[in-house]
Amino acid sequence: MNSSQLLGITTLAYLLSAMLYIAIFVFQARKLGLAATLVTIGAFLVNTAGIGLRWQESYQAGIGYAPLSNMYESLVFFAWAIAIFYLGLEWKYKNRILGAFSMPFAFLSIAYASLSSQFTKEIKPLIPALQSNWLIAHVITCFVGYAAFAVASGLGIMYLLKDKKTGKEPGSILSSLPELKEIDDIIHKTLVFGFLWLSAGIITGAVWANSAWGTYWSWDPKETWSLITWFVYAATLHARFTRGWAGRRIAWLAIIGFVSVIFTYYGVNFLLAGLHSYGGSGG
Amino acid sequence: MKKTENAAWRFFASVKLALVTLLVLASTSIIGTIIPQNKPPEFYIEAFGPRLAMFLQIIDVPNMYNSWWFISLLLLFSNNLIICTIDRLPNVWQMVVMNNLDTDPERLEKMPHRQVFQSRGDTAALAEVAAGLLTKNGWQSQTENKPAGALLFSQKNAWSRLGVYAVHLSILLIFAGAIIGSLFGFKANVMIPEGSATDSVYETGTGKILPLGFIVQCNDFQVSYYTDGGTPKEFRSDLTIKDDAARKTFNRRIIVNDPLDYKGITFYQSSYQPLQGFSISITNKTSNATQVFSIPVGKKIGWDGTPIEFGIANQRVRSRMGDVDLLQIWFSDGEGEPSLFVMNNDSTTSITRPSATYELKASQIYATGLQVAKDPGVWVVYAGCTLMLIGLYVAFFLSHRRIWVNIVREEETDRCRILLCGVSNKNKIAFEKEFTALVECFTNESTLQNA
Ligand code: HEM
Repeated sequence: MNSSQLLGITTLAYLLSAMLYIAIFVFQARKLGLAATLVTIGAFLVNTAGIGLRWQESYQAGIGYAPLSNMYESLVFFAWAIAIFYLGLEWKYKNRILGAFSMPFAFLSIAYASLSSQFTKEIKPLIPALQSNWLIAHVITCFVGYAAFAVASGLGIMYLLKDKKTGKEPGSILSSLPELKEIDDIIHKTLVFGFLWLSAGIITGAVWANSAWGTYWSWDPKETWSLITWFVYAATLHARFTRGWAGRRIAWLAIIGFVSVIFTYYGVNFLLAGLHSYGGSGG
Repeated sequence: MKKTENAAWRFFASVKLALVTLLVLASTSIIGTIIPQNKPPEFYIEAFGPRLAMFLQIIDVPNMYNSWWFISLLLLFSNNLIICTIDRLPNVWQMVVMNNLDTDPERLEKMPHRQVFQSRGDTAALAEVAAGLLTKNGWQSQTENKPAGALLFSQKNAWSRLGVYAVHLSILLIFAGAIIGSLFGFKANVMIPEGSATDSVYETGTGKILPLGFIVQCNDFQVSYYTDGGTPKEFRSDLTIKDDAARKTFNRRIIVNDPLDYKGITFYQSSYQPLQGFSISITNKTSNATQVFSIPVGKKIGWDGTPIEFGIANQRVRSRMGDVDLLQIWFSDGEGEPSLFVMNNDSTTSITRPSATYELKASQIYATGLQVAKDPGVWVVYAGCTLMLIGLYVAFFLSHRRIWVNIVREEETDRCRILLCGVSNKNKIAFEKEFTALVECFTNESTLQNA
């Protein structure tokens, strides 16, 4: 068994998990609940083992680094972070419908990592600039934040779906969704959590840059986009906290914020000519 | 005029302005991620045509993050933050330090969480019972006797209301650190060949010579590769700092991500350059005499006082940067045919000659590329970052929770009415649980009855 096989299994397991949650939502198949949770926990454990094994393999290859250093590895970690964040949410709110709007992100992330030919899956040696514990801290904090933002955008979609139809068809599948007020509250809490981690991610990134090049901030496109994302979420929090925005507007902002996250993460590497040494088409 | 009525003050104190500024900062920042920054003017003319390029230059787009208008936006933003804080902090501070034992009983009746009990006991004894129950649940309380009874109060995390202001202050600290860095710091670079030293560096961008006040010498530079051969694993320089003024000399090895700091100036390993020359050390194994030479390719030199002559006849360059991996050496000691052989760079080889054996060590001379930075503001920035994370945690996850117990003897019934009430400024659901636990505890107390 090697790590790519484990991560292949993880991909299928996340697909199954996402489908089970969607079935629970669409067909009101409550009975599938336990199965969905168990599959998700299982997938998460295999994902963890896959990351661990890859770590070990990198040592065997004489390179030895935490597997958080290129596009492929960060997508795998992204799926991992979404899964654990979602499991925490399910445990806290005892509601499995949230899974139908969260786990598809975990699946998409790892499926993209496994199937895309855009970047290498090989364990490649790390150039000196990437050999830093600050980089590991940077990737972990950023992706925990991104995971929360992914889920928040899923919940934003859920809110908008429910809001559009509220009260019109009492028996519809949408009535099984949590109350609008509750979705709104979960979105807010999720955004707040993500904001704290994104802030930590930007800060650890700055410390890393400073230890590698002597400038904590150089306005390169990646840095700038992470700041743009941060501004968007900061504005969202203020609009809610001090101007009482809620509901649809916050749901939309959660979605817009996540688009900005995706652009920071993906667009900068593949659409803009990135100066960022991290990522890039080769990873 | 009072500050709160001044229109300009209200404008700068408003959160609406903050929202607009944040979104304008976010959207204008995009420009500099699409249009490459700090390229020479010809680049923009080629990419956008002369007229558009001219326009971009006029509004400073090629260096937009330092442009007057972007800096003005940041100033507006800080101004907004400062005035907003001055506007609100006094009230918040009031909330933190206020004496909650003075709270108007009417307001207590309107608290979001409340429960009423009754008892026949006397007020002093009841106050003690209530205090005991609160303590048991982790609420340390204070009691004040009132004309008709007693009021107990307990609170947690009153100071957490300042968390938001810690975050706001942290942003100002980060700005302050950045300003200190740009006024009193510099960014520079320098190339130092192995064996050479420098007492000054070149400012990045302008090329201005900046004296260091001490000497940096590069003794050795090494680049090592992974077994795949192509990817560099480590760049390493052995440096010596010589500070005559402070009578200090020391050696320090630096690698990428592990810089050297001396007198507030930091030296980062950033690049290297192979030079067109080699350091060759020759040892005569018979007489044990050793000499080190510095020699370019294609030149023949001699070891003074001996018949030895040698040169590098040829080299093989392995990378675009000019790293050499193989050398062809020509060597003669005046007896017999000269030797001609190939050896690896950075290796030692033995030459057996009719009358003696020699050991020859060759290594290409590199120049180490150092990034040199002085940034006295960086610690202010880091302090701001730390404060921001602490402040965010406090602002998001801690709440100011308050509990009162108001005991009032009612003349008509000769009973005490006991109002247990509380409020939290955030995380209301968690507080409700805490409050319910308290209510349960009060209900189970035999001297009290639910009313
Ligand atoms: C990007 C910069 C900023 C960050 C990161 C930030 C952060 C925060 C945070 C975390 C909160 C608490 C929100 C909550 O609990 O949900 C907050 C509240 C607030 N912020 Fe900001 N802020 C920023 C800029 C500003 C600016 C420029 C203003 C100026 C008007 C402002 C005014 C406020 C106000 C009035 C509150 C409510 C405070 C209260 O409880 O009275 N913020 N801010």
